[in-house]
Formats: sequence, C-alpha cells, structure tokens
Amino acid sequence: MNELLQQAPSWGNTLWFIVAAVLLLAVLLGFVTYAIYFERKIIGWMQLRIGPNRVGPLGLLQTVADVTKLLLKEDTRPQHADKALFTLAPILAYAPAFGVLAVMPFTESIQFADLGIGLLYYIALSGITVLGVITAGWASNNKYSLIGGLRSAAQMISYEVPLVMSVVGVVMLTGSMNLREIVEAQRDVWNIVPQFIGFAVFLVAAQAELNRTPFDLPEAESELVAGYHVEYSGFRFAMFMLAEYVYMFGMGTLITILFLGGWLPIHPALDFIPGIVWFVLKFSLYIFLQFWLRATMPRLRVDQLMSFAWKVLLPVALFNILLTAVVISYQNGMF
Amino acid sequence: MNQNILTTNVDTSPETGIRTEEMLLNVGPQHPSTHGVFRLVVKIDGETIKEAIPVMGYLHRGTEKLAENLNYTQIIPYTDRMDYVSAMTNNYVFCHAVETMMGLEIPERAQFLRLIAMELNRVASHLVWWGTYLLDIGAMGPFLYAFRDREMILDLFNELCGARMTFNYMRIGGVKWDAPPGWIDKAKEFVQYMKKELGNYHKLVSGNEIFINRIKGIGKFDTKTALDYSLSGVMLRSTGVKWDLRKDEPYCIYDRFDFDVPTATEGDCMARYQLRMAEIEQSLRILEQALEQFPSEGEVIGKVPRVIRPPAGETYVRIEAPRGEIGCYIASQGKDKPWRVKFRRPSFTNLQILPKLLQGENLANMIAILGSIDIVLGEVDC
Amino acid sequence: MSEEKRKPTPEEKAKAAAEARAKAEALRKLREQGAQAPQGEKEAEEVPVQAQAAEPQAKAEPAPSSKPISEMTPEEKAAAKKAAAAEAIAKAKAAKEAKEAKEAGAESAPAPKPFSEMTPEEKAAAKKAAAAEALAKAKAAKEAKEAAQQADAAPTASGADAEAKAKAAAAAKAKAAAAAAAKAKAAREAGGQAADGADADAKAKAAAAAKAKAAAAAAAKAKAAQGESPAAEEAPKAPSKNQPYLDKYVQRITEVFGKEVLEAAYINELGKEVPTLVIKTERWHEIARFLKEDEPLAFDYLSDLHGVDYEDRMEVYYHFYSYINRQSLAVKVKTNREQPSVPSVMDLWHGANWNERETFDLLGIHFPGHKDLRRILLPDDWVGYPLRKDYVQYDEEV
Repeated sequence: MNELLQQAPSWGNTLWFIVAAVLLLAVLLGFVTYAIYFERKIIGWMQLRIGPNRVGPLGLLQTVADVTKLLLKEDTRPQHADKALFTLAPILAYAPAFGVLAVMPFTESIQFADLGIGLLYYIALSGITVLGVITAGWASNNKYSLIGGLRSAAQMISYEVPLVMSVVGVVMLTGSMNLREIVEAQRDVWNIVPQFIGFAVFLVAAQAELNRTPFDLPEAESELVAGYHVEYSGFRFAMFMLAEYVYMFGMGTLITILFLGGWLPIHPALDFIPGIVWFVLKFSLYIFLQFWLRATMPRLRVDQLMSFAWKVLLPVALFNILLTAVVISYQNGMF
Repeated sequence: MNQNILTTNVDTSPETGIRTEEMLLNVGPQHPSTHGVFRLVVKIDGETIKEAIPVMGYLHRGTEKLAENLNYTQIIPYTDRMDYVSAMTNNYVFCHAVETMMGLEIPERAQFLRLIAMELNRVASHLVWWGTYLLDIGAMGPFLYAFRDREMILDLFNELCGARMTFNYMRIGGVKWDAPPGWIDKAKEFVQYMKKELGNYHKLVSGNEIFINRIKGIGKFDTKTALDYSLSGVMLRSTGVKWDLRKDEPYCIYDRFDFDVPTATEGDCMARYQLRMAEIEQSLRILEQALEQFPSEGEVIGKVPRVIRPPAGETYVRIEAPRGEIGCYIASQGKDKPWRVKFRRPSFTNLQILPKLLQGENLANMIAILGSIDIVLGEVDC
Repeated sequence: MSEEKRKPTPEEKAKAAAEARAKAEALRKLREQGAQAPQGEKEAEEVPVQAQAAEPQAKAEPAPSSKPISEMTPEEKAAAKKAAAAEAIAKAKAAKEAKEAKEAGAESAPAPKPFSEMTPEEKAAAKKAAAAEALAKAKAAKEAKEAAQQADAAPTASGADAEAKAKAAAAAKAKAAAAAAAKAKAAREAGGQAADGADADAKAKAAAAAKAKAAAAAAAKAKAAQGESPAAEEAPKAPSKNQPYLDKYVQRITEVFGKEVLEAAYINELGKEVPTLVIKTERWHEIARFLKEDEPLAFDYLSDLHGVDYEDRMEVYYHFYSYINRQSLAVKVKTNREQPSVPSVMDLWHGANWNERETFDLLGIHFPGHKDLRRILLPDDWVGYPLRKDYVQYDEEV
C-alpha cells in the first residue's frame, strides 16, 4: 500500500485505491452485520432470550434481512426539517468513522496509510462525528432530536479531553505517534500493564465517545425516545447505525493497538499463530465487553456524566501523564 | 389545557447577549416511559423542567358509568381492567364492598384463596414495577428477569382461574374456582424459589453505583406533604408513616398472619425502591404462612342470594393494593344494580404530586420520579 | 374555512346539546306521563290481584298450620299470628299506596300541556311539580313492587314447617324493630324536608314510604340471614363501637358552629360503621377547615372525594382519616341539581385537587375556590356530564 501512495497518480493506482477502499468497506459491512447479530445473540442469552433464530440458519441472515428492509424502505423526511442539513447529517456522521480506518495497522502488512501522526489523525477525524450528530438533531426539527443532539455534543466534546489525555502516556512511553511503532514498542510488555490508569480512563472515555451503555444518553430511549435520529428512517437511519458500529470497530482497533499489543502474540512462543488472529481475538474481547455492559448497566444522568468527565476522568488522566513523566525521567537517570 | 403553560418565556442573557427560549415538550401519550398512554406537557429550560402538566384520560372507559347499568356480579370483570397489573386486589375491593353492605359471611377456604391470590398478585405487581423501573433507568436485563419470575405467578393464576391478567376470579361471597389439586404445593415451591431469586435481584441491582446515584435523593417529599396530597401505600410509607391497611384496618384474614410493615424516612426514590423490594419479602412471608395453614377442605363460596341486592344505603371500603389504598364506594337503592359506584384509585391519587416533584428537576429525573410513583394508566383513567 | 363551518364551536355544541337534552327530556316526560298513567293503573290492578291471591292464602294459612298448631307452644302461635297480621298490614298499605300513585298520576297528566306558554316562574313551578310527581310515582311504584315481593314471600312462609314460622316470627320482630327505627329516621327526614318547605302531606308520605322501605329491607335481611338465630339479628341494635366518636364530632361541631349546620349525623351501618355527618353546603368550607385544624378532630387525610347524582339532588361524599387520632369520618354535602356547587377543599387538602376535577368532569358539580377546575378525564370540548342520570350523549350527526 505504501508504495502505491508514493507513486505518481495514475489511472491504474486510482483504481487500486478504489478497490482497496471497497474491500475495506465490504469487510466493515460484514463486521457490522455480524456484530449486530452477535450483539443481539449475546444480549439475548444474557437476558434469558434466544435472540434472532428465524432468518437463515441460526438466524445468521437476520441482519441482512434488516438491512435490506432499511434500504428498501421509503425515505421519509419531516415537512419542516432543514432539507439540506437533514441529508448531510448522516454523511457527516459516517464519513469520519470510515476515514479513521485508513491509518489502522491490522497487522504488520495490512495497513492502508502509515502516517507518522496516525494517532493524532484518528483523534482529529473522530471529532468530526459530533458535527453529524448535532446537525441531525438540529435539522430534524424535533425537540427530542434537539435535546439528543445537544446532549451528544456536550458528551462527546467533554469525553474527548480525557480520551486524548489518557493516550498521552502511551505516546510518551513510545516516543511516537505512529501506530505501527506503538505496537512494535510493546514487544516486551503490552501497554496495558505500565499504562493501566491510562487504559482505564481510555476505556471509560471511549464508551462515552461511542455513546454506548452506560453513557448512551444521546439516544436514551426511556427519556428521548431515540435521541438525535428519532426522525430518520430507511437508508439514512442505516447510515447512522453503520456509523455507530464502524466507530465501534475503529475504537476496538485503536484500543487493541494502543494497549493490547496489536497483532503481537500473548507470548513470543506463540508466534506461529498469524498476527491477524491475535488481533481479531483481542479486538473481539473488547467488542464482547461492549455487549456485556449493554446487557447489564443502567444509564447515567446527564449532569453526573459531565461531572464524571471533568471531575474524575480528567484529573486521573492528568495524574497519569505526570506519573509517566516522572517514571520516564527516573529511568533516564534524571533523579 | 391550561392556557398559561403554553406561553414560554424568551430571555436574553445580559452578559452574553445570547437569546434563550423555553421549550414545551410533549412527553407522551406515546412515549416509552410513561407506562401507557399518559401525557406530560413539560416546559423546559435546557433540560430543567420549569413546569409540568399531566394530561390523562386516553384510557378512560367510563367504568363507573358502565357499572350503573350492570348487576353486581357483572361489574367484577370491569374491575380487572382498572389496575390490570394487580387485578386481584381490584376484584377483592369491589366484592368486599358488596359483602360489607350485605353482611355476608365468607367461607374459610375462600378467604385463604383470596388472600393467597392477592399476595401473589402483589408480588407480581412489584416485579413488573421493578423490571420497568430499571428499564426506565436504562438497564434492560432486570426487566426480563422480573418477567421470567412474574410469568411463574401468571402460570399459577392461569391454573387457578384460567386467566393471566384479567382474572375475574372473585365473586361476591367467595371465589369462583377452588385451587386445583397440587396447586398449593406449586405455590409453596414458587415462594421458596422467589425468596432465593430476590437475593439475586439485590445482588444484581440494589448495590449498583450508577443506579443508586440515579435515584438517591430524587423526588423527595415529607410526611406532611404526603398526607396533604392524599398519598398512600409505598409513597406514604417512604416518608416514615407506618400505615398499612392490612395491619391497621385488617380485612380478609390478614390479622392472622405475622408480617412487618417496612417503612423508610427519606421519602426519595431510593426509599421507595427499597420499600417495594421489602414488601415482596413480606408478601412472601404472608404467603408462606397462608399456604401452610391452608384448610384442606371447605366451601369456596358462601351462601349468597341468587340475585344480589344490597340493602339501600351506601358504603365505602378501602384496602391495601400494591400501589396504595384502593377504595370502593357503592350507593345502592336496594336494586340488583348499583346506583353509583366509585373507585378510589391509588395511581390516580398518587400521581397528583408529580407536577410538584418535577419542578426544577431535569428530564432524566423526570423518568426516575414518574417511575417511582408506580402508576398503571388503566387505573389512572379508569 | 369550510372545516370551521363544519365543526361547531364548543358553545354551539353545548347549546345544541342542551337543546337536544331538553327535547329528550320533554319527550321522555310526555312519554312517561302517557305511559305512567296506564302503568300505574296496571300496577294498581296487579296489586289487588296479588293481594286477593294472597288473601285466601292468608286465610288458608291457619288451616295447614292448624294441624300442628296443637303441638305448638303458645309463643310460636302468637308469633305466627303476628306474622300473618304484619303481612296483611303490609299488603293493605301497598294497595293504598298504589291507589294513591294512580291518583297522583291522574292528577299530573294535564300539567305539561301548556308548558310552552308558561312564564318562567310557572315553568319552574311546573318543573318542580313534575319532579315531585315523578318522585312520588317512582316511590309508589317501588313500594308496590316491594309489597308484591312481600306478598311473594308470604306463601313460602305459609307452606313451610315450624322452622319457617320461626323465621317468619323473626322477620316480624325485625320488622317491628325496623319500623321503630324507620319512624325515627322518617321523623328526621321529614324534619329535613320541612325545612325545605315541603308540606305536611309530603311528610306523611315520606314517613309511610320510609316505613315500608324499612320493612322491606328488614324482610330482605331476614331472608338473607336464613338459619341465623333471632338473637343475631337483634345484635346490630346495640350501639356501634363508633358511637362515642360520632358523639364527639357532633359535639365539637355544634359547640363551635351551632346545631343548624348539621343536617344529620349517624353511624353508617352498611359502611363499616363509619360516623357520617351531613353538613350544610353554605358553611362547609369553614367546617372543613375546622375538621382539619381542630385538635380533637385533626382529619389530616382525605381518602376519597366524589359526587353522586340522586336525581333530586347531588351529593358530594368525603371520606376523611385522622392519622393522629386513627379515626375515620364520612361527610356528605348536598347541593341542588340545577346549579350544583360545593365549596372546594383543595386549599385544605391538596389531594382534593384531581378528585374535584374528576367530579366536575363527570357530574358537573362546581367547586368554587378550586384553582384549576377543568375537565380531567374527558376531552376539553366534551359536552355534558356522563355520570348524571339524565345524561344523553351528544352526537354531532343528530
């Protein structure tokens, strides 16, 4: 991939780019389809239900059927909605979620762009999603959407701060923002051990960034019905759903890379198992945690959510930076 | 609709010059957390509620008017449909009112069956509340656990009277059906099972930090307010009034059993949560004793005239339903149809305090407070 | 625009409804008066027939019983005789009342014809008269029916053995007792009516009606309480356990407000012996405040509040409870049917808020002093008050 990026643009490599992107999209869609399926299955089992089991063998085609239904559904738009923004919002929400995947190294070889500031790119791009959400909330011309959108904006911006702060420790340890280098630096010990505080903060903040339980306030169905996408249906709704799951995919990838050693095996002796398997295993663990939390946790209140971000997570993340700095200085013989 | 709530204030901040506007939000009648077709018009400033006006009547079926044209036995099925989560107590309060007027003797076995049915129903009702309340707070799992256990009670009822929700089980003078063979043992088994399960509920939910933070100190009121607003049941007991009609004005055969009336003093949602959980425990205690002492044989319906004609006059009786004090007033002219029937519905009366509790709270607390009142819309609208 | 035209405003609706109702009323009245006269006749005819039918039985009664009469104790004999006598009296009464009813029906027939030409005062008077007549008729019909029931009861007594006789004796005794009670009640009622300005005739009628009613009730009770000893029947005669409380309430209220504010005070035997007060509407709010704030009373909890339509009047029923003294109290406040209005107690017990709104919604009773009196269960543009006995549903199609 990297060689392609270095070459002068031509019809040939443009085609390659497109094929590669479509391939990634296909993988993503496959992931989303079966993430939804497993989410429903796992939560079903946890809640004494069976989950989908009608469409296809073991219900495996359930999501396919659902997506087909969404795509074929009539596209409705409220009469007094802001036409342009209403159409733009799902794209704004989805595009950055997809865009962040460009810099993710899944293994040593499978990576699209090896950016020097990969981490920064991810954080910068993911900040755009909130625009899509707030636009959707505003453009729908619905009070529930509006409240949902604003809650979402407040929440995502607040949690982005501790999220970024918690990663600073990792960057300091590695001395690089390149995601591949971050993984390589974990050969001896995964970051989850020296950066445990950072990991904990990141996990919680990521949960809030993803708007998932227990931080699913923007779409708290018991209060706001469905939050910012209450007026969306059909294909546009599918876009939001897709953005949500792709974002989850991105966050799972990031946490695997930053703290769980990416494609590295749990022990050097297990090196014969291909990197991608390790990656998928670690990644799946995170995704499972998501489902698990969703099945059991109640929801926080909006003011508690904000004070938690600013009064607990941020100080802890800052303390982590300080601690890391002190330890690094000590190792370098400054004291 | 009250006109003055419809005007919203527009304000401009003197420092920033930002124009802010209050917003009217219709919560309901189709909303997941109003537990039925209930509408709340709230005026909000940001997420803070300035004023709330409940609008109801979407489920008003005119039970009281219908009752005037039915004979006494025919009214019983209509009472099922008021508080459909706890239909047995509704059945009972109506039958009890008629029996009080006529001075009827209820056979021992029928008394036991009634009591067991009512207490099982109380447990079922509190389970529904527990599940839906947690659903309101955002936890989905407990809802399904609660419904699994409630299902067992419904199965017991199904065997007893052939219905799962609208039982139509009690009759004036007794009950319609005797317990089928083996039913008492099944009920005993359930009580033991439920006792164990209740511990699991506490383990799963009662200690959850997020949950406690959501409901502690929310929706607070004191004893004086509670009495002033005619609150009853758990709403009243959560402010420290030790008052349970089963204990203080015993009806049926509640005076024969040993049980406590749990009370709390905080008067907030947390207190109400704990009380309802404690009440399940007490109900199980009553059930345990009642099932043990259940008479091996006897009539299930007393000697009742073929056509029921209570003497001319009026009566008002009240009993303890899961939601509070349910009352039934009957005015009779000595005919086979009542002149006037009135039900005092605990949900309706308890809901009155809602606008007061909501003032100054935010939208998320609105759901927590509304849920903690435990209303059933069939009863509110009657 | 056209939509607006199609949809009548609430006022129009109300007017239309009122018209419809008035029409329906008039029609009904006409029909009733047309029908009642023959009906009254029919009933009147029926009663004598039954009476006649019963008479031979009454005569025959001693005959079957004469066989075992020799085996009877003197007391039983006397009881049987008494029972027979009581029945005969009841029958005679019924016959008389039926006749009266017939006469009343005959009298009332020509009244409504010139209704449209009357002055308002006359109209009101006529209305009142019509109402009174209807009442009288209803009463008479009821009594006739009850008498018939009694007559029905007679054969069973005559056909039965000694046990039945004992029952009959019990019934008779109960009747006597009830009659005594009824007399007292009737006297009270009559007193109330006198205050309302009714004439002596009405008093007498009311007394008679009350007597007959009480007798019927007692008979019904006796029937229901089959197999119970006469002693059990006499038990309720003992003063209720709540009598001291009632005395206390009455004493406190009369001390402060005087006797005339209380229209009645009694123990409601059918309603768990709750002390019941009937209070004058005009002073109700003051007394309500007193009930809540006076220390020995201290009724701090309003359990229930609702209205009842009795066709000739409206009543609002309150059920209070004192958590301090652990006592109950029922209060009834009467109001007229044309402009029903009872002072609101929402400022004293906030729990009255929605209950008063509901009563207003369904019965149309106004509660002056209520801060937000509007419909609660029905839509705001609903026409009429469904729980009223003469409610006719408003239909836009008609």
